[in-house]
Amino acid sequence: MDPASTPRRPVLDVRALTKVYGEGAAAVHALRGVSLTVQAGDYVAIMGSSGSGKSTLMHILGCLDVPTGGRYLLDGVDVGQLADRQLALVRNRLIGFVFQAFNLIPRTSAVANVELPLAYGGVRGPARRRRALAALDAVGLADRADHHPNQLSGGQQQRVAVARALVTEPALVLADEPTGNLDSRSTDDILAVFDLLNAAGRTIVLITHEPEVGAQARRLIRLRDGQVHSDERQDQPGRHTAGVGR
Amino acid sequence: MSLTETIRFALRGVAANKLRSALTMLGILIGVAAVILLVAVGNGSAQAITNRIEALGTNTLTITGANRTAGSGGLTVEVADALADPVLAPDVRSVSPLASVSTTLTYEGTDHEVGQFVGTRPSWFAAANSPLTDGAAFTADDEAQARRVLVVGRTVADELFPGTDPVGKQVRAGGALFTVVGVLAAKGSTGFQDANDIAVAPLSAVREVLTGYGALSSILVEAAAPDRVDAAQAQVSAILARRLPATGSGSAAYRIQNAAQLLQTQTETADTFTVLLGAVAAISLLVGGIGITNIMLVTVTERTREIGIRKALGARRRAVLTQFLIEATLLSLLGGALGVVTAVVGSQFTIVGIRPVIVPSSVVLALGVSVVIGLFFGGLPAARAARLRPIDALRYE
Repeated sequence: MDPASTPRRPVLDVRALTKVYGEGAAAVHALRGVSLTVQAGDYVAIMGSSGSGKSTLMHILGCLDVPTGGRYLLDGVDVGQLADRQLALVRNRLIGFVFQAFNLIPRTSAVANVELPLAYGGVRGPARRRRALAALDAVGLADRADHHPNQLSGGQQQRVAVARALVTEPALVLADEPTGNLDSRSTDDILAVFDLLNAAGRTIVLITHEPEVGAQARRLIRLRDGQVHSDERQDQPGRHTAGVGR
Repeated sequence: MSLTETIRFALRGVAANKLRSALTMLGILIGVAAVILLVAVGNGSAQAITNRIEALGTNTLTITGANRTAGSGGLTVEVADALADPVLAPDVRSVSPLASVSTTLTYEGTDHEVGQFVGTRPSWFAAANSPLTDGAAFTADDEAQARRVLVVGRTVADELFPGTDPVGKQVRAGGALFTVVGVLAAKGSTGFQDANDIAVAPLSAVREVLTGYGALSSILVEAAAPDRVDAAQAQVSAILARRLPATGSGSAAYRIQNAAQLLQTQTETADTFTVLLGAVAAISLLVGGIGITNIMLVTVTERTREIGIRKALGARRRAVLTQFLIEATLLSLLGGALGVVTAVVGSQFTIVGIRPVIVPSSVVLALGVSVVIGLFFGGLPAARAARLRPIDALRYE
């Protein structure tokens, strides 16, 4: 069954989102009314040149930043209405965020990094350790569990970050230029992980400016000047072979 | 997230940054230890002075010759006896003339240079507040017969007779043999002069053997009661004024020192000293506090990014804040406790001739100030960072 061909309730529902930095004459309009919906199980790539507002959109989708105007429904919940502690809950339970700069906690082992969202979510003891190790295993790093971030390569660090994003089994995995700091080999590794995740039913939204990364997704959205410029489904004959090949 | 979980995170945070944690604790350690030790030194010197004067006895007057060139200003045994007059000086309990000299004691080839070799009367032991631990003091009869008997201080006993009982032994002083009859109880050491480096013999024997029959070194007058010291001083002055009239230049040939007055002046001096050291200590606490402030601010600023990551992963503001507060508390308390330990160990040593005496309130103050500074400047920036939107904390440089 192909998730994309059987639309379910939208995980993401964004309506007329705007974001303005600064005030008055110095105001910068990063987003000028973005509307889009993403169904569960979809794999969306957002592309655009720098300054197109894609990072701003991503931060708002990840509840790391708040929009100036518009509505954002995440899994049916209006995020704009939530208080700080409920937002923390949303970030913890519904969203797994992968950063371009990995953002692992330094001097802390890989497994401890992966355990972090579970700890904040109140999962305890052996169950937490087991789930963290399972997530590391899913990204192929079970044997590096006790390594610190500075003992891992960039690709391995990013795979730890992906494990950390998916350990809570979130409704939505968001990735902000996940391959921007990686060489082509590590890029392939990360993309293979995303393919597998999507094949397992996870909803993935990533932003990138590398065309070959965008080509992996089922759906490609292009932003320009803070607005959706194009939104198209794409067939990728190479996608599954790329995923299975590794 | 439970509290034990947060504490575990805080411990991990402290352990993950070992050098920074060690430096933070070192800053607090030095601040706390400096304050406690400096105040202890000031307090120790004040106590040393008090001890020294209390060792003299607080209800005594000491009469010394003011004019060194003229012997001891004509203080003779006759003058001393005149002071023990129940009619003219009813508030005088006893009068002890002193002939004091520094000499070498020899016992079976062991020499000891005794600081004070004192010839006096038996009343001195009570007046000077010097009881005996072993043997007995010499008697008025010994004094009358000029018997060569000797009571030694603790230091002399330890130097000349290590491990043996001094009582009954014979020591040589100034060419004559003295029999040790008693040992004085150890007095609190004053730091400046060893009060236990003393030997006491009958006045007549000392004059015969060592000092000759010249003027006395001093006269120790014991008042009937501590509150009668001033009355006794007036009576003694009146007698002395008649016995030893002022010379042509108008200056008295003697000086009367009141132990209570001495205590007061010296205590004032010691208090000034303590205040001075306290000021230095306050400055070091301030500098230490600024050091703590600095490192705490740097730590939290540097970790704002980490706070952003934690918030992006779903950490509540309270969880982040609690973690950083526990880290700051841990560092402040550990550093402070180590500082107290350092100060306690340091106070066991004699510093510039003074045995420090720790003032408990300085421990509380130093520890309290450091911990409050640590908590405030560790907690405040952390609270600020925890309030930021995750993206602002992540972008913070």
